[in-house]
Amino acid sequence: MSLLILNIILGFLVGAVAGYLGTILLSRKTTVTSGPLGHLALPGAALALVYGINMAIGAFPSLLISAFLIWLIQKRTGLSEEVITAIVFVIGVGIALLFLPIDKAEAAFVGDIVNINELDSLVFILITLIVLIVLFLLYKKLVLFSISEELARVEGINTRNLFLIYLLSLATIIAIGVNIVGGLLTVAIIALPSATARSISKNLKQYSSLGFLFGGLYSIFGILLSIYTNLPVGPSIIVVASLGFFASIAFAKSK
Amino acid sequence: MENSTILEVKDLNVKIGNEEILKDISFELKKGEILAVIGPNGAGKTTLLKTLLGEYEYSGSIEFKEGIKIGYVPQRFGYIKDIPMKVKEFFELKNVSLQDAAKILKELDLSEQILEKSIKDLSSGQFQRVLIAWVLSSNPDLILFDEPMEGIDLKAQKSVYKCLYDLKKKNTSIILITHDLDVVYKFVDKCLCVNKVKVCYGKPSSLNKETLQKLYGGEVKLYKHTHEF
Repeated sequence: MSLLILNIILGFLVGAVAGYLGTILLSRKTTVTSGPLGHLALPGAALALVYGINMAIGAFPSLLISAFLIWLIQKRTGLSEEVITAIVFVIGVGIALLFLPIDKAEAAFVGDIVNINELDSLVFILITLIVLIVLFLLYKKLVLFSISEELARVEGINTRNLFLIYLLSLATIIAIGVNIVGGLLTVAIIALPSATARSISKNLKQYSSLGFLFGGLYSIFGILLSIYTNLPVGPSIIVVASLGFFASIAFAKSK
Repeated sequence: MENSTILEVKDLNVKIGNEEILKDISFELKKGEILAVIGPNGAGKTTLLKTLLGEYEYSGSIEFKEGIKIGYVPQRFGYIKDIPMKVKEFFELKNVSLQDAAKILKELDLSEQILEKSIKDLSSGQFQRVLIAWVLSSNPDLILFDEPMEGIDLKAQKSVYKCLYDLKKKNTSIILITHDLDVVYKFVDKCLCVNKVKVCYGKPSSLNKETLQKLYGGEVKLYKHTHEF
């Protein structure tokens, strides 16, 4: 029972930090968006399942190597973001299925938070808290960077280092998030909370704190829904998050 | 480099991919001077500013006076209107006090109340002035303006002109991309005409019909304004 509570706390935190991170998506300018990054976590997550270790441990290096490859492909070929995203998607899913038969791959694709062991859960909670503190301290600089890289640089911000920190935070949260929503759906825990927050926020403070809050709530209610209905956890979180998102649009329109 | 010189550019070449964007550009800027960069669309004017800011690789030399603080007013902003943000929060991103922000906004004919407005609700003229105020709040010694009059109404343009004039009086150096030759004759100390290569460089009074035709191609009507601002 205490393990379940620990895992729900982890779910809340990862969802909340992913939502917070979603309010500062720098990667609109690069191809390294959270969507394809999630898919790139799949081969590593699948390998980890084969060896019986936590998926995040395989997903993290897999993400970093792939992010570098995307960057290289785009630099060399100048292909559009859509094309690279499509290529990356099939490569990620294809390689994952090479390592792992599809009937055993469910955890990698749609998440499996209930089966994280106690030690992994505690370590992930700690890592997620560290990421949260880093993002909180750098939040203003990251927002400025997302508005305009040149303005940020003119104001004396080392944009290269800042982008690296951002990318590492994103990769960390997505790698841990693979446990919760699965590699196919990680984009949802980043994009849906911030999209919900955006339609009802009047200022930056509201936007960032609501992104955090909705991320956490979607995650908790999704996990509870999954436990009571026996449905996979990833899709359950998506159902809750989509309901919240559409409700926020209706709310914003009604004003 | 002379003591009063704050920027010296020599034989600047910029290539992006295989395309040569700028070739053999040289100029210098002294303290308190305004340099206008003119030229047709696609001539590499914005690339020149961004190269000065360190965005692109180049050959040749770009030398700033040591310890100089640069400000930059870009022409287009990608995502600022996507983020829910009040004007005062925009200033808080770089920890400018609201009193200082209000003071600078006032110089650009904007009232203090604008600090409480959402960025996305601003008109383009208001936004442009907020942006200029934001850049000025760091007290830069040199400001790069990329077409600050583009797409804003006459009233806002007048405030921006006045601001340029005040900056000049305070001995701030300015590099200004503009299509407005009127501005060039009124405010500017030096003019650099660019169309991938340097077409002309010198005092605005040395700009003549032939140079402008060479720069823009085709017939150009030239009006000289003699009235003072």
